[in-house]
Amino acid sequence: MVAGAAAVYALRLADDCLVLSHRLAQWSSRAPTLEDDVALTNIALDLLGQARGLYARTAELDGTGRSEDDYAFMRGEREFINCLLVEQENGDFAATIVRQLLCSTFQLAQWQALTTSTDGPVSAVAAKAAKETSYHRDHATDWTLRLGDGTDESHRRMESALAAMWPFTAELFESDAVAREAGALGVGPDPATLRPEWEGYIRRVLGDATLVMPESTWTPSGGREGLHTECFGYMLAEMQHLHRSFPGVTW
Amino acid sequence: MTAVEEIRSIAGAIPDPEMPALTIADLGILRDVRVDASGHVDVDITPTYSGCPALDTIREDVERCVRDQGFTDVTVRIVLSPAWTTEWMSEAGRVKLRAYGIAPPRQHGFDLTPLTIAVQCPRCDSTRTHELTHFGSTQCQAVRQCDACGETFPHFKEH
Ligand SMILES: [Zn+2]
Repeated sequence: MVAGAAAVYALRLADDCLVLSHRLAQWSSRAPTLEDDVALTNIALDLLGQARGLYARTAELDGTGRSEDDYAFMRGEREFINCLLVEQENGDFAATIVRQLLCSTFQLAQWQALTTSTDGPVSAVAAKAAKETSYHRDHATDWTLRLGDGTDESHRRMESALAAMWPFTAELFESDAVAREAGALGVGPDPATLRPEWEGYIRRVLGDATLVMPESTWTPSGGREGLHTECFGYMLAEMQHLHRSFPGVTW
Repeated sequence: MTAVEEIRSIAGAIPDPEMPALTIADLGILRDVRVDASGHVDVDITPTYSGCPALDTIREDVERCVRDQGFTDVTVRIVLSPAWTTEWMSEAGRVKLRAYGIAPPRQHGFDLTPLTIAVQCPRCDSTRTHELTHFGSTQCQAVRQCDACGETFPHFKEH
């Protein structure tokens, strides 16, 4: 029995959504085409909405009654328990698309499993999110096919993006006491169980895109314990700057 | 008219902030109205998409309208379950959308996936249209183009 496993589980889901949302929002006004500027920010907005619902639920479960803003803006780096993949820098467009493919495929499988969560509010968020995330995965899939099976230059960039992002995927499926407890309680899937579905889809899309699924022996982790990669601190500093400078600011 | 009916018609008539041609009743955003014995009013609304930025405005609008009608003890709740679907859009809403220049969502099939019927151009009615981008100016819209008249138009996505 892990005390507060449901709260920690919900917070992990929420942090994944918020951090990925912020990374995608950083593309605003910088994407290669207007359509993709709009697409990436729309996806960011979906993720932000999902995060909000999950923070509200976490506040009930952990009994702190914190607001969504408290979770987003008033916690330090070590208190965020998102996975490392979502915090990786945007890089070029290929890197962002690869990160999106890997993340959205994982999240879609996770939301679908969560629709039957014994935690009512979490299953409600998941039911909406599953529909939204299937479009996110379509978007990433379309671009992966186009860039992977595109020009020499786009193929080369997709290859190096895959090589850079791939090591961080191992952590997605790590099981620990919280995950096992959540699985036992029916709160949500132990992430380890999502791997076959994820791998099947990714393998198929990469194959169609003439890309090779990497094999990596370096499998960094630690995000779920609050140990992050270097780039995350800079992202948080930017994201939290206003709230840190003017505590309680409203407009 | 009962109090519930009265509140339902007032709140339901509030325009959507992003598509003011439609009301929140047309869109299926207004889910439920309840009045208890003490006169306390509960209104349930639901977001179209998880991050819909219009929802806070809608919540404030509902609260104000219901208060202005004399029901001062009111709570507006945001409910996520069951998840909103374009199936909840009223027939009147679909007609208004079209007149507004937005192709309405196609009706779902039995398996809840959109039928693969054509999206009609709201300008010339041609069914020869194609999607330009799945993500449009708001979360609920895609952008399509008509092959017959060349018009570029928003399409309210099936969801
Ligand atoms: Zn036309």
